[in-house]
Amino acid sequence: MTGEKRIKVLLAKPGLDGHDAGAKILALALRDEGMEVIYTGIRQTPEAIAQIALQEAVDVVGLSCLSGSHNTLFPKVVRLLQELGVGDTLVIGGGIIPEEDIPYLQERGVKAIFGPGTSFTSITNFIRQTVNPSN
Amino acid sequence: MADEGHMEGEKTFSTVSGIPIKVTYTPDDLSNWKHQRELGSPGEYPFTRGITPTMYRDNLWQMNQYAGFATPEETNEWFKYVISQGAKALTMALDLPSQCGYDSDYPLAEGEVGKQGVALDSLADLETILDGIQLTNMRFSCLANAIGPSYLGMLLALLEKKGIPPQEVLMSMQNDILKEFGFRGTYIFPPRPSVKVTCDVVEYCARHKFNNARVLCCCAYHMAEAGATPVQQLAFTLANATAYIEELIQRGLNVDDFALNMDTFQGTGMELFEEVAKIRALRRMWAKMMKERFQAKDPRSISLIVRAYTQGSYFTAQQPLNNIVRGTIETLAAVLGGMQLLTTSSYDEALALPSPESVTIALRTQQIIGYESGVTNTVDPMGGSYYLESLTDELEERATALYEQVQSMGGAIAAVESGFYEHEVAKSAYEMAKRKDSGDKVVIGVNQYVMDEPRKIQIRRIDPATEQRQIEKVKKLRQERNNKEVEVALARVKEAAREGVNLVPPMMEAAKVYATLGEMSSVLREVYGEHKAIKI
Repeated sequence: MTGEKRIKVLLAKPGLDGHDAGAKILALALRDEGMEVIYTGIRQTPEAIAQIALQEAVDVVGLSCLSGSHNTLFPKVVRLLQELGVGDTLVIGGGIIPEEDIPYLQERGVKAIFGPGTSFTSITNFIRQTVNPSN
Repeated sequence: MADEGHMEGEKTFSTVSGIPIKVTYTPDDLSNWKHQRELGSPGEYPFTRGITPTMYRDNLWQMNQYAGFATPEETNEWFKYVISQGAKALTMALDLPSQCGYDSDYPLAEGEVGKQGVALDSLADLETILDGIQLTNMRFSCLANAIGPSYLGMLLALLEKKGIPPQEVLMSMQNDILKEFGFRGTYIFPPRPSVKVTCDVVEYCARHKFNNARVLCCCAYHMAEAGATPVQQLAFTLANATAYIEELIQRGLNVDDFALNMDTFQGTGMELFEEVAKIRALRRMWAKMMKERFQAKDPRSISLIVRAYTQGSYFTAQQPLNNIVRGTIETLAAVLGGMQLLTTSSYDEALALPSPESVTIALRTQQIIGYESGVTNTVDPMGGSYYLESLTDELEERATALYEQVQSMGGAIAAVESGFYEHEVAKSAYEMAKRKDSGDKVVIGVNQYVMDEPRKIQIRRIDPATEQRQIEKVKKLRQERNNKEVEVALARVKEAAREGVNLVPPMMEAAKVYATLGEMSSVLREVYGEHKAIKI
């Protein structure tokens, strides 16, 4: 009998924001939690992110943005994932995102936003509870 | 055996850099310490205590405001507002597309125009931003890094139009490309050609004797915000400075020709004593490096001007008014460290762009410390503290060892290319994040004294129509200018890049005919290529 398949997470930074200390920390934390993590590096187009998500067959796409362009770019990634036929990928976000923008993003398919001060466990618990690792 | 403050089963005490902290410090900790050698007098080598003999007794430091968002028109109005509130220096933040050398209508600029700063598509935008601003009275800084020669070209074109000699302008540019890789991200070209481009700006200013210009600001702030410890900040910043200095000396300049155009940008964090020690150690290390490694003779080369910013990474989104207190501690660290220019973060930093109210409170923080606390009445008031001097020495020792390690791997450019800086800092950042996550490192309002609170603070929003307006403006510009002249000018820029000559003069000519920033950067991309971030 094979072991449980690891949850696969793509962490990505859409747009031009170059502040990725948080994304790097989260990548290391999720790996320590036993997940498989790909971090794209900064300055990715939504198109590129969706393509990598498809090619790597990830369970989760985590988007990080601190530059204020989240309302434009996060929903775009969700839409592109749907167009590529992987719309059931869990999309979550983090960075500097005003609380009042969270409902807007959730309505457009970003399931949760984890802002400054979020604990690692709240992210990993949310991922585990939401995702069924694909067979 | 002296008690080191660490016993089996008890808490360990250490600074952010990991330096163990003793129960208390005594004269025994400074038994080999010589006041004249370690400190010197204020305003004298090795400048540990400060770069002038009387420091704040003559004048307080420059109290800075960080501004520039949305449109050039709004930025111009905002500048006039903060000047009316007492600011004597302005820092112009550019939006991310501009910093990365893209025009507002470039695909990757979508959603980013006018957000992180003002959009600067061409000379026309700079003319609007600085309309009616007296440049000769103000220190005017721009957060231009990768676009150095293009931005300087624009500024020089503007000054020429206004009939202002550039030597009379207190211009500043950040222009430190090495820290962009891995810590800030607004690079364009790969590391090696980027250093060449950066040094073109410095060389131009040095050869034209722009003695008031500060155009090479070796930054520790961004790596600090990315999680670098004070030891890493010191070592990597000095290594970056070394790389630039070596390139400029290779061009036949004497270090004293251009070192007066250099300064540094430091973050100040919450670990009060270590931060004060860091700035003192930095001045001493810089002085020794300039004198011993580079044989500088001019005191302006050997003494280091410190610009500082409180580290907003310590600020929390939870209970944001607490950040006013954090800003006070971090501002105090910068003042006790003896910096020359300071921006205090606004309390809403973890939430959005600063509101007028939060910016004013940040400025008042500096004013209250400066005018009401009395700490400015003597130079280096904490000097001689057994703890502080021990920390200053320890930071210098550890940072020197790390600096030497970087030199042995080929210097800063090699450290950037190999990802050494990035991996070391990510490790430190992760260690600290784990400590905060576990509650070992207390963060009030986040892992202790948490409150259920609705957030009622006002958040500044950028009008979404801004991006569209700026896009239309740049498209219109491209139609209305003389495109033949632009083509010729851009070809000259490309030629200069191919020949390896200084880019500033052809950039100035391109700016005058309203070439866009994106176009100026694109011709360079064709010659140098583009940097691709390393994945982890």
